[in-house]
Amino acid sequence: MAVPSFLARERIVARPGFNRWLIPPAALAVHLCIGQAYATSVYKVALVEHFDASLTAIGIIFSIAIVMLGLSAAVFGTWVDKNGPRAAMFTSAVFWVSGFLVGSLGIYTEQLWLLYLGYGVLGGIGLGIGYISPVSTLIKWFPDRPGLATGMAIMGFGGGALIASPLSRQLMNWYDPNYDPAVAGTVPSGNAVAGLFLTLGLLYLVFMMFGAFIVRVPAANWRPDGFDPSTVKAKSLVTTENVSANNAIKTPQFWLLWTVLFCNVTAGIGILEQAAPMIQDFFRTGETSTVLAATAAGFVGLLSLFNMAGRFVWSSTSDYIGRKPIYMVYLGVGIILYVILATLGSTATWIFVVTAAIIISFYGGGFATVPAYLRDLFGTYQVGAIHGRLLTAWAAAGIAGPLIVNGVLDSRGTPGQLVAGDYRPALFIMVGLLAVGFVANLLIKPVSEKYFEPKPTDVPTAAAAPERSTVR
Amino acid sequence: MSHPASTAGDQPTTHTPTGLIAFAWALVGVPLAYGLYNTIKAASALFG
Repeated sequence: MAVPSFLARERIVARPGFNRWLIPPAALAVHLCIGQAYATSVYKVALVEHFDASLTAIGIIFSIAIVMLGLSAAVFGTWVDKNGPRAAMFTSAVFWVSGFLVGSLGIYTEQLWLLYLGYGVLGGIGLGIGYISPVSTLIKWFPDRPGLATGMAIMGFGGGALIASPLSRQLMNWYDPNYDPAVAGTVPSGNAVAGLFLTLGLLYLVFMMFGAFIVRVPAANWRPDGFDPSTVKAKSLVTTENVSANNAIKTPQFWLLWTVLFCNVTAGIGILEQAAPMIQDFFRTGETSTVLAATAAGFVGLLSLFNMAGRFVWSSTSDYIGRKPIYMVYLGVGIILYVILATLGSTATWIFVVTAAIIISFYGGGFATVPAYLRDLFGTYQVGAIHGRLLTAWAAAGIAGPLIVNGVLDSRGTPGQLVAGDYRPALFIMVGLLAVGFVANLLIKPVSEKYFEPKPTDVPTAAAAPERSTVR
Repeated sequence: MSHPASTAGDQPTTHTPTGLIAFAWALVGVPLAYGLYNTIKAASALFG
């Protein structure tokens, strides 16, 4: 599928002297916008009342979006790698913004199916393409620090919710003065949510297009000053060869890493999904909890911070200690923390908060480090496409995590009456999952030579013909 | 923060204006700071 010339990869090959530090903000401009997907809870109740629907019927919107994220990242990954980050970011912006506009129309006209189609399907496609759009480019611009580079971008996905949550409350307050976010129990009108969708859509259009138009790809022979690729190759598991996306999924390494990501994400979602009620239930005596609702909301905020910070800090750390060891930390230390949470979590608030926060930082770290792990194993050739296919693990975990936690809690009692002991079976299931992930990570070995792409010939590629570049 | 790329062949070189880099970082940094501020404010209820 050809793209218009102004979006083509050949048009954005950077000339010598281009400053690579313009690329992370381009990536962040996209990820900060699509990270809004984690802030849907701020208008969930408003939509339930507006459509007179169940929580499940509204919750499905988010589920459709996450499933579409996984599918579109897998399906369009090769297209993204072939056409470059500008085409991908532009396309992502069109889908993501269309999702908001169609969703807004659906809310105004009280057509729930339009919200499913808009935010769920169109927005979900925008999410998937947008999520993988800068990853391969960042890895190529920062071959010396791929973990730092992808950590910065994927941190943006966590940061997007931090921005969208307070901004959405503020905007809904403007559109519906009767709604006061500071007063518990007030709910914005449906039209306020429709106005919010319209406003966010237009804001995101500006930001994402800015990212699309400043992004550049490095020339094929470009490397940072003072960077010696042989120092990277010296690390175990790191290859200088390349594996195509089609071949990558035939390797045991891909599926072992898929298992690692699935286990890490499922375990993290177990806490994220239930964060606010969980902290109250852990410190419940009879009908009342010693943790107030406002404090529980603060706990959710703290988890968001650790989710975001973990993406940057742990992924950057992986550049120094290696990808396999950092996943041993995420999964191995994660097992210990989950056991502490299950056995000692209800003895003191600080123990609960600290262990949960570190677990969530590992959850974020797992997302941010995986592109660099893929680069180490499969090279840079189609790392975006391989990453896209790996993200199906996220979609699967998005279904499995809540199923496990909600299934266990449903069997133990009713919401509002649960206590710490009711969570233990779910937490120990997560311990088992992390153990499976830990073993899968241990089994990862260098990829067999039979999957390597042939060495490049002397024929110049599009990316290696920067004389055609029109970049500044 | 500036880290110019090494030269590649005999292509004409370019210079990325520092102002553009600062503007790009501000465009993503200011909203992020707004989000961080509000989240820390909410999280402070945990320690209040």
